[in-house]
Amino acid sequence: MTTPFPAPQPGFWAATAMIAAIIFASTAGEVLTAAAMKSIGDLDEIRAHSGLKGAIHAVLTCPLFFAGVSFLALAFFALLFALNHMNLSLVAPASASLTLVTNAIAGKIFPKENVDRRRWAAAVLVCIGVYFLAH
Amino acid sequence: MAHARLSPRQYLILGLVSLCAPLGDTCLSRGMTRIPDITLAHPITLIAAVFTPWIALGIALLIGFFASYLTALSWADLTFVLPATASGNVIVALFARFLLHEAISPERWAGIVLITVGVGFVAQGPSLTERPAAPALVDAADTGKERA
Repeated sequence: MTTPFPAPQPGFWAATAMIAAIIFASTAGEVLTAAAMKSIGDLDEIRAHSGLKGAIHAVLTCPLFFAGVSFLALAFFALLFALNHMNLSLVAPASASLTLVTNAIAGKIFPKENVDRRRWAAAVLVCIGVYFLAH
Repeated sequence: MAHARLSPRQYLILGLVSLCAPLGDTCLSRGMTRIPDITLAHPITLIAAVFTPWIALGIALLIGFFASYLTALSWADLTFVLPATASGNVIVALFARFLLHEAISPERWAGIVLITVGVGFVAQGPSLTERPAAPALVDAADTGKERA
């Protein structure tokens, strides 16, 4: 059995930089992926007409999708790197809750989604809730 | 189309998004704490970490998450999907309390309540932003109606 290697926790600025890198890459990736999926259309309908192969083909031939996935992969490796230096109880809630707010802002600016009061309230409530859940 | 009412299948997909992400993150965390420190000087060790059992399981769960997440994004807004699938955190906390008999502090119960209220808020609204039809399409539709 492999023994765990407890690492010393990084300083404030190093921790902030690691979490900021996850949030930036994750927000860019999610906005680009959402834009790609909107440009493709309802996957359930595509699968009903063209089967699973047709749905996979529609996704894999969309350039915007690969741009989104590249940023999501960057966010994934940034998460792995952060998890190697910090506890999950700090990294996961901090990045998940703050990404909700940055996505609400980015969703309003780039894909011009209708982020009404209900969605803002939900984003803020979930953000605070995730923070509490981790403490 | 506003898609205000989701079908049972669409709720199932949102449920998969909710569950696979926190379970996948937990597996990754367990895997990453069991390997030596990774530094920027030796980034290749990060690639090698992908093939350890806990991280491989975490990645399998995250692939399931991604497939259902992409499907959800094809019929719902990003700002709907993200808060609506936050209930996964609540499910994992309740799983820890009632199956693993872990203690849940008042702060965590407060977090569970806030997330549940937030998810309830967003789930009551439309899942997709209504966009005006492109002028060319509107003209074509009007012409079609006149001819009919």
